[in-house]
Amino acid sequence: MFHITEVEDGGVRELHLCEDHARVYLNQAEADSQQEDSDIPSGPLGVNQTAKELSEIDQLFCDMCGITFFEFRNQGRLGCPHDYVQFEKELEPLIANIHGEVQHRGRRPRRRKSFEGEPLPESTEELTSVIGMRKEIRHAVEAEEYERAGKLRDDIQNILHKWNAEASRN
Amino acid sequence: MEFEVLKTSVGEWLKGTGPESDIVMSSRVRLARNLAHYPFVGRASETERSEIEGFLRSHLKKTSVGSRLEYTNLGGLEDLDRQFLVERQLISREHADATGARGVAIDPTEQISLMINEEDHLRIQCIHSGLDLEAVWSQIRGVDEEIEEVVPYAFHGQWGYLTACPTNVGTGIRVSVMLHLPALVITRQIDKVFRSLHKISLAVRGLYGEGSQAFGDFYQISNQITLGRTEDELIAQVADVVPVLIDYERRAREFLLQETERNVHDQVSRAFGILRTAQTISAEETMQLLSRVRMGVLLGLVDDLHVSDVNKLLVRTQPAHLQKMKGVDLDTKDRNIERARFLRSYFESGSPDDN
Repeated sequence: MFHITEVEDGGVRELHLCEDHARVYLNQAEADSQQEDSDIPSGPLGVNQTAKELSEIDQLFCDMCGITFFEFRNQGRLGCPHDYVQFEKELEPLIANIHGEVQHRGRRPRRRKSFEGEPLPESTEELTSVIGMRKEIRHAVEAEEYERAGKLRDDIQNILHKWNAEASRN
Repeated sequence: MEFEVLKTSVGEWLKGTGPESDIVMSSRVRLARNLAHYPFVGRASETERSEIEGFLRSHLKKTSVGSRLEYTNLGGLEDLDRQFLVERQLISREHADATGARGVAIDPTEQISLMINEEDHLRIQCIHSGLDLEAVWSQIRGVDEEIEEVVPYAFHGQWGYLTACPTNVGTGIRVSVMLHLPALVITRQIDKVFRSLHKISLAVRGLYGEGSQAFGDFYQISNQITLGRTEDELIAQVADVVPVLIDYERRAREFLLQETERNVHDQVSRAFGILRTAQTISAEETMQLLSRVRMGVLLGLVDDLHVSDVNKLLVRTQPAHLQKMKGVDLDTKDRNIERARFLRSYFESGSPDDN
């Protein structure tokens, strides 16, 4: 367990992280501090942003699960699979820092073999969109828009059925 | 789960069999996987966590591996029982201490465990005694592929299997080997070894606990990188270094025997003496002493004791195991007394209640 105390403008913030999460957090902190004493123009690695740009990054949030980049930086854990798409630009330098690579070369889901000429889906993003749809259902029910809620439920079922159909066809 | 059966047996990883088992205690691989259609555990609501648990539980039953496993709802267990599973390495400490819907499915041999709602929705673990990484990989790969047919794992072409923490993304694989390295500790070469392991991106941890001090000279070596290399490459990264460490440890043991046999024999005998006669003893001291005795057995300095006995004692003297055997909750002081009593009776009667 790592106990990290951050001294900030507004006071002191305590963080309690396990070894792996501390590594993520400290990598990010290192990237932050590098930008302070560097006047290299902003590059793709995301280490040269101004404080303003960084605070803007912290306010970014995921369309599906709603987590902000700031929350991720504090916890060292992402909110849902879509974060890897939503925060791709921000995560890439962090992941490169941890792994030294940014392209998966290992195993791929076996069941996703192409069938009937359809190409292999590159990701499970469509399934992940269900997370956002569940949120919309809650909003629709609150607004008493039951028809819309019902339609969304059907859409979710269709997406899951489609996956099941693909899964059973290899 | 039949904890009554488990409490006098020990799991697969302590059998003391398999290749190089004088030095390699166990080989383990775990895979981190998540469902594509739910938020990660840390972000999921209480309802969603229950849905995730229900979804995985019901879908795992559809696989041949899943139908052989016994499922335990961790939320419904006493703290002591969860700790008991941690000591057997069937669940992680984080999983034991967490809240909310979560569970574990364990096979009867304790080689495979599936943790549901740990940091990721699903953590698949496979563990074998001795140095056996290839067999472990082929077994866990089979389990993963079976589950993959019935469960939609979150996957992305560039990032691979998506995990709650970016340190696990890609393959989601953690390959680890637990080694017993007493002679490298005694000859003070262990730090040098660890520094060189860190240089090649391998992590070193103690037997129990996160990066904490290793008690009893037991160390886990594991990969840190999970992205950008194939599973086979990541396994090879760990597997390639193990024979080197085995060789160092064997040479250090030979050196100790040749140069300081009387001292080593003395240390081992004193350790054995304390274990057989102490009236109160902590878990840490027990591990240190058992480590010395284990080395002594392997060097032929201790008669009438097998490595598998020492391995069993390593787990059975852990706090939750002691309390389960005794059948009551004990505080630290009473545990130390009970541990000493158990050790004395074990050595006097030659493992009376074993199976």
